[in-house]
Amino acid sequence: MFTDDAGKGGISAGGPGNSAESNRRTGGDLVQLITPGGERVSHPEFDPWLQDVTDEQLGALYEDMVVIRRIDAEATALQRQGELALWPPLLGQEASQIGSARALRDDDFVFPSYRDNGVAYCRGVNPEDIVKAWRGNALAGWDPYTVNVATQQIIIGAQSLHATGYAMGIQNDGADSVAVAYFGDGATSEGDVNEAMVFAASFQAPVVFFCQNNHWAISEPVRLQSHIQIADRAAGFGIPSMRVDGNDVLAVMAATRIALDRARHGGGPTFIEAVTYRMGPHTTADDPTRYRDANELEDWAAKDPIARLKTLLERKGLLPEELEATVAAAADAVAKALRSGTINMPDPAPMDIFKHVYSTPNSSLDRQQDHYSRYLASFGDPAEAATEEGAR
Amino acid sequence: MIKEFKLPDLGEGLTESEIVAWKVAVGDTVALNQIIAEVETAKAVVELPSPFAGVVAALHEQPGTVVEVGKPIVSFEVAGDDGGPAAGGTGSDAGAPARREPNLVGYGAVLETSGRPARRARTFAAQAVPAAAAAPAPVAAPVSAPAAAPAPVIEPVAAVAAAPLQAERPRSTPPVRKLAKDLGVDLAAVTGTGEHGLITREDVRNFVGGGDLPVAPQDLAGVAPQAAADGERETRTPIKGVRKHTAAAMVSSAFTAPHVTEFLTVDVTPTMELLAKLKASRAFAGYKLTPLTLVSKAVLIALRNHPTLNSRWDEATQEIVQYNYVNLGIAAATPRGLTVPNIKDAHRMSLLELSTALTALTDTARAGKTAPSELSGGTISITNIGVFGIDAGTPILNPGEAAILALGAVRKMPWEYQDEVALRQVMTLSLSFDHRLVDGEQGSRFLQDLGAMLSDPGMVLAMV
Repeated sequence: MFTDDAGKGGISAGGPGNSAESNRRTGGDLVQLITPGGERVSHPEFDPWLQDVTDEQLGALYEDMVVIRRIDAEATALQRQGELALWPPLLGQEASQIGSARALRDDDFVFPSYRDNGVAYCRGVNPEDIVKAWRGNALAGWDPYTVNVATQQIIIGAQSLHATGYAMGIQNDGADSVAVAYFGDGATSEGDVNEAMVFAASFQAPVVFFCQNNHWAISEPVRLQSHIQIADRAAGFGIPSMRVDGNDVLAVMAATRIALDRARHGGGPTFIEAVTYRMGPHTTADDPTRYRDANELEDWAAKDPIARLKTLLERKGLLPEELEATVAAAADAVAKALRSGTINMPDPAPMDIFKHVYSTPNSSLDRQQDHYSRYLASFGDPAEAATEEGAR
Repeated sequence: MIKEFKLPDLGEGLTESEIVAWKVAVGDTVALNQIIAEVETAKAVVELPSPFAGVVAALHEQPGTVVEVGKPIVSFEVAGDDGGPAAGGTGSDAGAPARREPNLVGYGAVLETSGRPARRARTFAAQAVPAAAAAPAPVAAPVSAPAAAPAPVIEPVAAVAAAPLQAERPRSTPPVRKLAKDLGVDLAAVTGTGEHGLITREDVRNFVGGGDLPVAPQDLAGVAPQAAADGERETRTPIKGVRKHTAAAMVSSAFTAPHVTEFLTVDVTPTMELLAKLKASRAFAGYKLTPLTLVSKAVLIALRNHPTLNSRWDEATQEIVQYNYVNLGIAAATPRGLTVPNIKDAHRMSLLELSTALTALTDTARAGKTAPSELSGGTISITNIGVFGIDAGTPILNPGEAAILALGAVRKMPWEYQDEVALRQVMTLSLSFDHRLVDGEQGSRFLQDLGAMLSDPGMVLAMV
């Protein structure tokens, strides 16, 4: 419904690297409520969903985005300093993640990808726990059931199936929570995502497919993946879709609320394409200068999600210096805590590898655990170990 | 207090990175996360943010240097203890040279001096070295330095072996290594009594208890595999001695020098006629003349016009070494395996002297008495695979040399001769060269000149 009549788009979706996209556009224009220049644009369909957003809440969204950007920058630095093995930066995608995550209810369940650290942060995951797996200190950093966020999925798009399955479970329970799958543009080419959408449509499952189109699947531009707009892929499954400016926190929030509302009221799945841009590398092991045009980066820098909200707040007189200082201090404090928490993170004990593998006792695992503990013991007292396999 | 920043693994499993540029100088005050350097990994150029706030005390590496992960690259004078321990671990025993640094991904093994992973290859049942094969051998392979002792098969070469080839660390298991480390025992000094020389916990403890245990020779020449016992379906022979050196040299050559091989089939009937004439002549009475003698001479003549084939790529100094002399290597199958002794200053020799030298070289090699000095310092090599009835091959360069020529068998074949098909004596020349040093043009022209001389020895007049 919104793909057809959302006609207030102000900016073109793609930079020069994706210019072919505009020629192939078949669906509606991009929904945008805050222009890159920081102007609030009204929109008949979306505005009603934002009426309860107070000035304070707008300021809080701003703080969220500043803090998550700072967490992201600190984690990137920690990787460069040898404290993390790898880090997938989300720079540029703050509005997509904060806007959508802040629309959720506590009992909704999120199935994120590895880059959705802003979502995890909004759900209450401790930043240290977000980096734990990237440091190799744990296989997963948090208990999914305490924050209703599954562990981050590395397999591209696999979480969309988990989300759909969970949504079907919600249906069976007769609850009105919603499952949300986060994935990227590249994932929409994966079988898992397509299967998930088929099931979601068939069962009218209460699931939201939230796709951050950041224009690059590692080094592959989105125009190669899809000759139509990503949002238009959903039509093939009979799933309604929306295409919003992913650098506009309000547009994202409104779209997510619309989708959640539909799901809660038995309307089935919705697909949201949040058009944004990955300003950094795919991960810290990637060098995007090898495959993308610097001009494209410059174009997108002008559409920065934080800068436009800041301008809007300033324009409305909602960002006095004190608030700006408070936000900066909050970001610094989180970054500092993240740094010291990461550096001083205790190494896991060798036997921890057996924890959280099965929820119930497992004889095969018990045997491995037994062997491994005896092997570890063979590093100890020679006399004792010589009688065991250490004498090999 | 001084804090060091050790180069982290910036990608996934990288073992080294190049310092591209420093963004700070000694004495500069830097803030936490301030960009201090630009570093290029195998994957990307990345900026390094400072892990400390403080003053740069020392830059340990120059721009352009490739640094191993885990090596300190910069030191800071840091005021208080702010951020916790330095990156890269506790560094309690920084003195140990090859210590493995904690490396979050990839776990790059300690760089061994030989630089290549050692794996046991499957070996097959015993196969006697054919005695007749003592003459030139199939594919050139050098040996750094086998012993000069007379015993042909089992003899220790460890004493003579060049240090860089002590590749493999002693076989053991992690718990035993840990024990040895705790007890301060160098496993290289311990003799393993376990399967395949595995060092056991007992061995380490015996070593500590009774230090008078004899240390057996670690490294035996190992061409002759142990005889297969009845019913054994495979025989495992430790890789050592000449086989090991040959393997290391071949691997290092094949993976450092980009090889190009070219073939040329020539009608050598005139050369064979010349050979027959010379043999019959008085001047050469009592000397051993073979096609190899004449081809060697032709190679020496052709090199005068194509000196690039007689040169060396010196990676360490980033220089090309052009030899103004020729030490001509001849691949030889010996009782201990393949060796490539060389004839010193062959470029000065007359055909007679060359013939004498070649005979002496093969006789010495066959007897297993080749001195280490004869094995080093070669500048170009010839391998005569023709003696095995083989036509052509792609010889692997003797490390440090730019070219190697393989001679095929001389065969009577129908061949174009004066516009008709005739039965001619034909030979294929296979020339491999290091494409870093020799372009296709130079290699081709060298090969063409060789062919011209062999198909018409009178052409020599046009070349000297």
